[in-house]
Amino acid sequence: MLGWTTRRSLLAALLAGPLALGALPGVAQAETTLRVIPHADLKNLDPIWTTAYITRNHGYMIYDTLFAMNENFEPQPQMVDTWETSEDGLTWTFVLRDGLTFHDGAPVTAADVVASLERWGKRDGMGQQLFANTASLEAKDDKTVVLTLANEYGLVLESIGKISSNVPFIMPARVAATDPFEQITDFTGSGPFVFQEDQWVPGSTVVYTKFEDYVPREEPVSAASGGKVAKVDKVVWTYFPDQTTAMNALMAGEVDFFEQPANDLAPLLEANPDITVQVNDPLGNIGFARFNHLLPPFDNADVRRAAMMAMKQEDYMAAAVGDPKFWKTCYSVFPCGTPLDNDVGSEVMSMGDIDAAKAALAETGYDGTPVVIMQPTDIPILSAFSLVTAEKLRNAGFEVEVQAMDWSTLTSRRASRDPVADGGWNMFHTWWIGADVIDPMAIAFSGDPDAGWFGWAEDAALEEARAAFAVAGTEEEKKEVAQTVQDRLWSIGASGQLGQFFNPVAYRNNVQGLIESPVQFFWNISVE
Amino acid sequence: MTYATLPAASEKPQDISLIRHALRNRGVFWGGVVLLLIAVIAIIGPFFVVDPTALNPINRLKPPGAAGLFGTDMLGRDVYSRVVNGAQVSLVVGLSVAVIAVALGLFLGLIAGYIRLMDALIMRLMDGLMSIPAILLAIALISLSGATLATVIVAIVIPEIPRVVRLVRSVVLTVREEPYVEAAISAGTKVPTILVRHVLPNTIAPLIVQATYICGSAMLTESILGFLGAGIPPEIPSWGNIMSEGRTFFQLTPWIIFFPGVCLALTVLAVNVVGDGLRDTLDPRIAKAMR
Amino acid sequence: MTRYITMRVLSTIPVMVLVALFVFLMLRLAPGDPASVIAGDYATAEDVARIREQLGLSDPIVVQFVRWVGALAQGDLGTSIFSGKPVTELIGQRIEPTILLALTTIVFAVVVAVPLGTIAAFRAGSLLDRVVMLFSVSGFSVPVFVLGYILIYTFSMSLKVLPVQGYKSPFVEGLGPFLYHITLPTVTLSVIFIALIARMTRASVIEVLEEDYIRTARAKGQSELTILMRHALRNAAVPVVTVIGIGIALLIGGVVVTESVFNIPGLGRLVLDAVLARDYPIIQGLILFFSFIYIFINLMIDLSYTLLDPRIRY
Repeated sequence: MLGWTTRRSLLAALLAGPLALGALPGVAQAETTLRVIPHADLKNLDPIWTTAYITRNHGYMIYDTLFAMNENFEPQPQMVDTWETSEDGLTWTFVLRDGLTFHDGAPVTAADVVASLERWGKRDGMGQQLFANTASLEAKDDKTVVLTLANEYGLVLESIGKISSNVPFIMPARVAATDPFEQITDFTGSGPFVFQEDQWVPGSTVVYTKFEDYVPREEPVSAASGGKVAKVDKVVWTYFPDQTTAMNALMAGEVDFFEQPANDLAPLLEANPDITVQVNDPLGNIGFARFNHLLPPFDNADVRRAAMMAMKQEDYMAAAVGDPKFWKTCYSVFPCGTPLDNDVGSEVMSMGDIDAAKAALAETGYDGTPVVIMQPTDIPILSAFSLVTAEKLRNAGFEVEVQAMDWSTLTSRRASRDPVADGGWNMFHTWWIGADVIDPMAIAFSGDPDAGWFGWAEDAALEEARAAFAVAGTEEEKKEVAQTVQDRLWSIGASGQLGQFFNPVAYRNNVQGLIESPVQFFWNISVE
Repeated sequence: MTYATLPAASEKPQDISLIRHALRNRGVFWGGVVLLLIAVIAIIGPFFVVDPTALNPINRLKPPGAAGLFGTDMLGRDVYSRVVNGAQVSLVVGLSVAVIAVALGLFLGLIAGYIRLMDALIMRLMDGLMSIPAILLAIALISLSGATLATVIVAIVIPEIPRVVRLVRSVVLTVREEPYVEAAISAGTKVPTILVRHVLPNTIAPLIVQATYICGSAMLTESILGFLGAGIPPEIPSWGNIMSEGRTFFQLTPWIIFFPGVCLALTVLAVNVVGDGLRDTLDPRIAKAMR
Repeated sequence: MTRYITMRVLSTIPVMVLVALFVFLMLRLAPGDPASVIAGDYATAEDVARIREQLGLSDPIVVQFVRWVGALAQGDLGTSIFSGKPVTELIGQRIEPTILLALTTIVFAVVVAVPLGTIAAFRAGSLLDRVVMLFSVSGFSVPVFVLGYILIYTFSMSLKVLPVQGYKSPFVEGLGPFLYHITLPTVTLSVIFIALIARMTRASVIEVLEEDYIRTARAKGQSELTILMRHALRNAAVPVVTVIGIGIALLIGGVVVTESVFNIPGLGRLVLDAVLARDYPIIQGLILFFSFIYIFINLMIDLSYTLLDPRIRY
C-alpha cells in the first residue's frame, strides 16, 4: 500500500497536464448557471450536526474530504496525497496534497483535519467506532496527520472515506471547534463551490459559486473520487414543494436539473424530447419494514418471520414505485450488485406467500395482539409501503391498526420503547440508500438493543459477527463474515426487506457530465 | 349522522312551515334534490361497490374503463369505489362540522349576548381565534395531534365557531331590546326561559343559513387540508384525500382528481345554492346579520 | 373619536396575548419533537437528549414560555431550530412575495367583482344576473389547488403564454417580469374573492337601490349611471370593505396553497414547512405575526368606516 498513489498521480499529471491546462475556462465567457431542483429543502448547513441527505449534498458542494469512494466503493485519496501504514497496521500517516485552500484564502492544514475528524467522531456512528479504537490523532506538521490505533481495526479508510451521512468533511479548525451538538455558523470550506450565505433563503433558494482557487485532482471523476472540476460558474438550488410544478418547470425550461422526480412522472418527462431521464445511483434504495422487537406480538422471532413471509417485494415495489424498470427484488441484506451481496438464509424473505405466512403465524400461537403500523402520510412511498403491509398482515391473520401521522411525529415516536398504549409502536417503514447498508457496520443491522437502531433487535451472535467484520483482513474473510451477519438477520427476523428501487434524475439535454453515484454531485457538470 | 338532521334542527311547527316555504324557492329545491341524491349514494352506495381499500398494485393507474368505471389509483384501488365511499366521509365531515360549530357557537353566543360578565372574555377569545388563519390553525392542530377523522373535524370546527358566536350574539343583542322581551324580563321570567322561549327561535333562521355555508366550506377545507398533507388518513377515502393522493399524477392520470373534484364541486355548489335560497326566503334581514 | 381609537387599539392587546398563549401551548403539548428530526436515523437516545438540552426544549414549559414572551417583548421572535436564522429575518426574506400576491389578488378581485356585482344588481333577475351569481357560487365550490393546476395546464403547458412557477421581484427584476409571473397565482387566488365580493356588492347595491333617496333620484329623472356612481356604489363600499377584512384570514389560508402550487417563496410555505419539521419558533412567530396582521387590518378597516360612510360616527 506504500505510496502507490504518488506514482500513479505523477503519471496522471504527466499525461493529463497539458490537457488539463487547455481545459481551463476561457477568459471572456458568459457566466454559466446550473439551475437545480434538489430533492429536499436545505434546512440547515451543518453536515455533522444532522444526517439529512440534503445537508450531506450541500457538504459535498463546499467541503472536501480526505478520502472518497470511487464507483467500486473503494476509498480513494482525495485531499490526501500519500499515506502509509506501519508494519503492525496501527500507525497511519497521511500527507495532504498541495494547493488545498479554504474559501477565505487560508491553506488547509493538518490541524484543520484533526479538529474536523474529532468533531465528526463525536456524532457519526462509524466515526464513534473509529475513535473507540483510536489511541491518538495528531498533526505532525502542517501537512501530515498521524492516526494511531489502540488495536487492530480494518475500516480506517472506509470510515474517513465514507460517502454518505455523516461524511467527515474537512472544515477550518476554528469551525470544527464548535460543540458537535451545536450548529456551525461559519460556512468556509475548501470544496469546489462557495456557499453564498447572503443569498440563502431557507425553504427556497441556495446559491453556490465556483471556487476559482480549487485545485482538482488529475484523476478522472469516479463517484466521489477523482478531480472535482466545477464546470459552471454558479449552481442555484431552488426547492419545489410540489412535484407537478417541478416537473412543469423542467419541461418549460425554467430549470435544468430535477434531482428526484417521482418515478411515476418519468413517462411524462421521457415524452419530452428535450429531457433525459436516467438512473444515476447504481445502488438505489432499500425498502425496510422495521419491527419493534421489544413489544408483542413482534417480541417473538417466529411471529416476525411469519410477517416477513407475507411480504411480497413485487407488490410493495409495484405499489410504491410503479414501473418495473425502476425496481428489482433483492433478497440480500446488502444491496444487490455490491461486493457483499449474497443469498444466505433469504428464503424467508423471498417467499412472499400469504398461505405460508398464515400457517407459520398459527404455529406461533399468535393471540390477536394488534399490530400498530405508523404511516407517514407526507412521504408517498412510505405511505404506500404501510398500506401494503397492513393488507398483507391482515390477510395472514394479524390484527392491524394503521395510524396516520407525519414523518416528524413518526421520527419522535419511533424512539419510544414504551408499550403501544403509552406511545409505543409495532412497525414502521423507511428506506436506506444503498450506500448506507453496504456492509455489516450499518446501524440498520445492529443486534445490540442499547446502542442499536429503533426497533432494538437483540442478538449476541449477530453482534459478534459484526465485530468480526471490523477486523476482517481479506475480502474473502469479509464476505464470509457478511454471510454470517445476513444469516443472523434473517433468522431473527430483524426487519422485512421490501425491494431495491431507483430514483431517476431528469435533466434538460443541455446538461452534460453527470456522475454516476449514490450521492448527487454537481462538479463535472456543464450546461450549454 | 344522516342528512335529515340539518333541516330538523328545530321541531317547532312554525319552522316546519318555514321549511315548506323555503322549498318553494327554486335554488333550495334543486340544490336539495342534488344533495338528497348524493346522500342516498353516500348511504347505500358503499354496499354496492368493491372494497375501496383493496390494493391491486399490478393494476395501478389504469384509465376509466375495463379496470373500473373511474379507473384505478396509484395503489391499484378502484377510484369509483373510493369516490362513492368518499361521499360518505365528505358528507360526515361537512355535516358534523356544521352541527358542532353551530351548537358550540350558539351556546357561547347566547352566553356572550346575555351575560354581560362573560361577554368581554368570550368575544376576546373569539377575536383571537378569528385572527389565526383557519387553514394554518387546522394544519397545526392536525399535524400536531395526529390525523384521524375526529381531529380533522375538530380542527375545521374550531375556526368556524367565532363567526357563529358573533352572529348569535348580534341576534341576542337585538332581541333583548324588543319590547316583549323587556316585558318578560320585567315580569321576572327566568333567564333560561327567556333564552329558550324568545331568543332561541329568532336565531334559528340565520343559523340554518350559516350552517349550510359552514357545511360547504368544511368540505372544501377538508380537501385543502388533504392537499397540504394534513387531511383524513388515507385508509379512509374522502374526496379530499383521494385528490391529494392523486395530485402528483394530475397530468398523467387526471381521472384520479377529476371525479372526486367534480363530485366535491357539485356538492358544495348544491349546498351553497340551498344556503342562498334559504337566506333569500327565510329572512331578508339575515343577509345583513350574516357578516 | 380619539377615545374610540385608543380603546380599539388597546382592546387588541388581550387578544394577542391569548393567541400567543394558545399557540405556545398547542405546540408544546403536541407529539413530535424537533430534536429527533434533527438527530436522524443514526441517533442514540443520548444524542437526542443532548440536542433537546442544547435547544432549550428540556426546560419546564413555564420556563420556555416566559423566555419566549420575554424575547417577544423585545421584538425577538426567536431563532429557527433548523436553519439557525432569526425568525424575523426569515419573515423579512419571505414577506415581499406574500404581501404583493395578496395585494394583486385584492386589487384584481375588486376590479372584476365590483362591476360584476353592480351590473347584476341593476339587472337583478336577468340572465346576466343569473350567470354572475352562478359563477360566484361556483367560485366557492372548487378547491384552490385544482383551479391552480387547471390554469397551469391551460396557460403554461398548452398555450405556453405564462410561466409555470416562480416569483420575480418588481424591485429587483422589474415590473414586467413580476406581472408575468404573478398573473396565474393572482387569478387562481382571486376566484374565491371575486365570488365573495361580487355577491356582497350585488346584495348591498340591491339594498341601496330600494332606499328612498334613490327612488327620489330616479323620480327626478337622473340617469342610471349617475345614480349608480353617485349613490349606489358609494354606499355599497362599506360592506365590500368589510368583506375584504374578513377575507384577509381566508387570503392567508389561500396563500399557503397558492404558494405551494406556484412555488412562490412566501410566508405561507415557510409556516407549512415549519409545521412539518416542528420548527417551533417559526410556527409560533408566524402564527402570531399573521394574527397581528389580521388584527391590524381589521383595525384599519373599522377606522376607515368613518371615512367611507359619513353616517357612522364614534
